[in-house]
Amino acid sequence: MLRFAERWYNACSPAIDNNILVSNDSTPMTAVLRTENLRVEYKSRELKQQTKVALKGLNLSVQPGEVFGYLGPNGAGKTTTMNVLLGYVNATSGAAYLFDVNTREPIARQRIGYLPELTYYYKFLTAEELLRFYARIFEIPKAETEKRIDQLLKVVELEHARKRPIRTYSKGMQQRAGLAQALINNPDLLLLDEPTSGLDPLGRMKVREIIQRLKNEGKTVFFSSHELGEVETICDRVAIMHQGELKVEGRVADLVKEYQCNLEQVFLKVVGYEPEPV
Amino acid sequence: MNKIFAVSAVVIKEIYRRKDFYVLFFLTGLITFVMWLMNFFHDDQIIRFIKEICLFLILISALIISVTTAARQIPAERESRTIFPLLAKPIARWQVMVGKFAGCWFATGFALVVFYLFFGLVSASRDHTLPVAAYFQALWLLWQMLGIVIAMTLLGSVVLSAPSANMTIIFIVTIGILYIGGFLHKVAMGMSEPSASIVTAIYYIIPHLELYNMSELIVHDWPIVPWLDVLIATIYGFAYMTFFLTGACLAFRHKPLN
Repeated sequence: MLRFAERWYNACSPAIDNNILVSNDSTPMTAVLRTENLRVEYKSRELKQQTKVALKGLNLSVQPGEVFGYLGPNGAGKTTTMNVLLGYVNATSGAAYLFDVNTREPIARQRIGYLPELTYYYKFLTAEELLRFYARIFEIPKAETEKRIDQLLKVVELEHARKRPIRTYSKGMQQRAGLAQALINNPDLLLLDEPTSGLDPLGRMKVREIIQRLKNEGKTVFFSSHELGEVETICDRVAIMHQGELKVEGRVADLVKEYQCNLEQVFLKVVGYEPEPV
Repeated sequence: MNKIFAVSAVVIKEIYRRKDFYVLFFLTGLITFVMWLMNFFHDDQIIRFIKEICLFLILISALIISVTTAARQIPAERESRTIFPLLAKPIARWQVMVGKFAGCWFATGFALVVFYLFFGLVSASRDHTLPVAAYFQALWLLWQMLGIVIAMTLLGSVVLSAPSANMTIIFIVTIGILYIGGFLHKVAMGMSEPSASIVTAIYYIIPHLELYNMSELIVHDWPIVPWLDVLIATIYGFAYMTFFLTGACLAFRHKPLN
């Protein structure tokens, strides 16, 4: 019972109220997101097929207020990490924590917002119904919900379409509805899975603006992306994954300085890409 | 509870925004209206027969609504990937499952109320009486039966990969129990061992859905069932609903989603 109360407190108390999370010289910062020797294996159903190791003992930590880029080629283990963080997949060994709560517990997701790569929402609902539904899951009071819906639909510029079913939205509008649902609980940590994938330049710019605004508000953003230019512009720190292993982790400026090239070239070097001679 | 009701509200919204729901209403309404037309012939036998058909249609329509709705809840969530943003919220998988169950059950209950209301009004216009207690018992017990069927279907939707296979199995099992479930122990008496023991065991394991069908009570204007029996049947139904729903929650809990 005491342990449950502690987990609930950790998950629900906002970062600003928790002295441990406040960054100053005297008190250490506790990571908002942390993985410890995280290993995930996928067992094949077919006989004679080997078990696939998606993550090989990943140790990662993201500090409050950071914008953290999670990079890697396809099959590097980015999605698996996201799946563990969101509780879709259980770790084979090791553990992942959000606000010091094991991600196996649903309450670990009380203070996070998640935007998937593609828009996976109930198309028969309108944007405001969708937001109201998710707000109920976060147990946000009704009056506060209505206030937040108005604010968010304004931020993502969907006020004019708030009463239209999501199925009538364009891709960009759906992605913005997705961003609004990710922000409905005023999260302290945002998990974004390739947030600008498939968007036109204007849509990308709007998403970038929103991430920047969240950063200015002191929110922590963890996002996976293939857009390295974008990552270089927005992120404070990055981690580069390859074949389930963490290859590089550090501040963008430090990596650029260390490798003496831009982030894209750092990425290519880390994953061992060698261009063929023409 | 709020999370469970939030999920169930979305299930109900989905159902009433679908068109097939209204097609069933229309068809059942049409046949009930035909029954009303039979009034002109003043033939009690025909009217009783038509009443029986109407109640059978209500049973079938309610079964179709409950099974088709419940069978696609989890598979559709997985196929359209809406399950991912949902589970990224602080909601446990069992809450999603119970919410789905509640949504399907309440929607089916609402459909039953509409069907019985329409049927009752049409019948009353001919008989000049409305046996409210009998109608309530029939409706209530049918709703309990559909609760068991919905819980069974949800369990099937997690265990079986194809919704069509799940629906077919559930329809066969439900119809089978409704029409032969009550006689299995008698069938077992004429069998040799070990078949007799197996059939007897099946008789005691299966939920006896046939106990919930009160159509004859209405058709023949029989006196109502003692309320204590209704209460026992309700508890019996809840026990099976809990059993199947617990199975569905456990199976869903361990189901990989990626």
